[in-house]
Amino acid sequence: MIDTLLRILALTRKELLAILKDPRTRFSLVIPPILQCLIYGYVATYDLNDVPYAVLDQDRSAASRDLLTGLDGSGAFRRVADLTRAADIARLIDERKALLVIQIEQDFARRLMSGQPADVQVIADGRNSNTAGTAMGYVGAIVEKFNADWRAEHNQGDPPVRLNTRAWYNPNLETRWHMIPALLGTLTLLETLLLTGLSVAREREQGTFDQLLVTPFRPVEIMVGKAVPPMLVGIMQATLVLLVAQLWFEIPFAGSFITLYVALTVFLLAASGMGLLLSSVAATMQQALLYAFMLIMPFALLSGLTTPISSMPELLQYFTLINPLRYAIEMSHRVYLEGAGLHLLWPQLWPLAVISAVTLSAASWMFRHRLV
Amino acid sequence: MSFSQKPIPHAAAAGRARRVWALIKKEVRQVVRDPSSIAIGIVMPVVLILLFGYGMSLDVTNVPVALVLEDPSPAATNLASSFELSRYFDAQRMTSMRAAEQLMLARKVDGIVRIRPDFSRRLAQGDAEVQVLVHGIDANRARIIQTYAQGAIGVWAARRAAEGKEVLTGPVRVQNRLWFNESNESRFFLVPGLIVLVMTLIGALLTSLVVAREWERGTIEALFVTPVRPGEFLLGKTIPYFALGMIGLALCLIAAKLLFHVPFRGSVLVLTGVSMLYLLVALAIGLWISSTMKSQFVASQITLLVTFLPAVMLSGFLFDLRSLPVFVQLITFLLPARYYVTLLQTIFLVGDVWAVILPNAAVLAAMMILLLSLARRATRKELA
Repeated sequence: MIDTLLRILALTRKELLAILKDPRTRFSLVIPPILQCLIYGYVATYDLNDVPYAVLDQDRSAASRDLLTGLDGSGAFRRVADLTRAADIARLIDERKALLVIQIEQDFARRLMSGQPADVQVIADGRNSNTAGTAMGYVGAIVEKFNADWRAEHNQGDPPVRLNTRAWYNPNLETRWHMIPALLGTLTLLETLLLTGLSVAREREQGTFDQLLVTPFRPVEIMVGKAVPPMLVGIMQATLVLLVAQLWFEIPFAGSFITLYVALTVFLLAASGMGLLLSSVAATMQQALLYAFMLIMPFALLSGLTTPISSMPELLQYFTLINPLRYAIEMSHRVYLEGAGLHLLWPQLWPLAVISAVTLSAASWMFRHRLV
Repeated sequence: MSFSQKPIPHAAAAGRARRVWALIKKEVRQVVRDPSSIAIGIVMPVVLILLFGYGMSLDVTNVPVALVLEDPSPAATNLASSFELSRYFDAQRMTSMRAAEQLMLARKVDGIVRIRPDFSRRLAQGDAEVQVLVHGIDANRARIIQTYAQGAIGVWAARRAAEGKEVLTGPVRVQNRLWFNESNESRFFLVPGLIVLVMTLIGALLTSLVVAREWERGTIEALFVTPVRPGEFLLGKTIPYFALGMIGLALCLIAAKLLFHVPFRGSVLVLTGVSMLYLLVALAIGLWISSTMKSQFVASQITLLVTFLPAVMLSGFLFDLRSLPVFVQLITFLLPARYYVTLLQTIFLVGDVWAVILPNAAVLAAMMILLLSLARRATRKELA
């Protein structure tokens, strides 16, 4: 038993040295996660703050000017052109000069005064329909405000039904709060898969794996020795992400660190199990790298990171059940933002435990039957 | 062994072509015989196409919400039914707020719509309120849900107005029209965006490994003693992966057209032309990084960081670039993916708008020349 532990310790030490001895590798384990955190934190938002728009105001009344002032004063819109002919709209939108064109008809003020509904036409560039939809939503809110002011000024009273909305766990609806905790799982999964995959493939390619086999190591010990160092690196990277989240972006941490690290360890165990299984299939380092990448892509796309799982077709929703990243992201959201304790994470922890058990035993079977 | 840069005599041109051809044959064999290259070059694009076309969607329908109706009056019941009828919501009616909150905690629902006991009394006073609680962790989705809730109330208000009760619509109505994507399908911009990812994957990630591989295996030293010149070596590495990239492009185009029915309003010729430019840029980046780093792990990490990640995050494919902080916006101007995404979205959904195509293609061409010469220099230095 002691011997086993000593052997595993020796192998772990050797693996860590192999990973950390090269300064370029050290660099690529530390800098990319931090950079990615910063980029995702700043970039990953569907909020808009600079919408170029043009106006075709055919009414040119005080009322239409009021409405447009609301748009200009919101801070999110930037007027790039005042049009005089409807024929110019197409050119502006086609050439991406404006995202929106707002058209106000000639009879706008007259209809308002006479109590009839007055229409404002909003034309949006749908090349990215998500962005366009958000921008149109902003216009809608500004027009709502104009309506409320108009009613107040003309003694029409408040609209009888108001909508009172509140968001749990993320009161200002910041996408960053969704994104950064999710990176705890995403970035460490990438690294763990790559490192476990590569460590076996490198030995195979350089022929040192055979040497390892004639040592007193048993296959299980080799596996543990190969799995632990990438997990340690993963924990280190998760810590980096946490530091960026708290010190740079100042996202409030609602849960307990112990819970988070326990959850991450279970997740990393599943990830290194997948990495080992992958490395038992890969013959060369190139194969290990490319296969790891091929696993990462579907995992990342079907994890709920960028698009919600409930919007996926049912078949793919079933696939997400074997996706360790899905559970990691759910857990980091729950611990980080909702403050969930360990007992509430059971629905995520047991599937990860099953994934670890299956992949690790499959990998050890592969090792025995390929090599011994 | 070093390479002299003497002008090549006439007869040597034939030898040069033969050497390049031999290198291409070797590289193609390596690709064909290595399952992982085929996996990245052919299988991965297909998987990505299916995932992007079917799996990813920013369209929100059937959001599970709990509908807490605490007021049994006809007005309130009517309002509740307008949530139930909306195709955006999958409303589950319940009477206690506590039960609804339990469902939200377990994320069985993404929102709670609450109609309080005093709703109809306050409605008569013109001061009623509907409370909407959303699960805010996915902020984009939460915002969409809020908008839809507003819409459901609007539908109810319009129905009441039609029944001759008070008119609730505002004095100004907004009519929205979404050009180029009238039915507002996120697939229409996700699938063209996918082409950028596939081209980046094949162009940069695959080639970032190929020179480093020769260094790590020591086979590059064997190449030193052959008469192969650095330029020929680079050509031999570029051409096979260029061909692989074009196959990927063809697969994506066929899928976009036949599987996902994304409108294609520009010309295939222009699209192919700009795609070739982008592919060459990506290949040059991959080869440059590969011959500079000489390690497959480090080269693949750096390539992911400078090509793939920006292609997803900083290209305007998902997120609007104009809303980024200024310093990040400045960075995006250095990224080839930005120009390619603009070109793709325009060629697919708008048409051949030369005012967009020419400047963006010109930038890509300039980048291509710069990066190819950088890759050429890195190769020459290492081999000499």
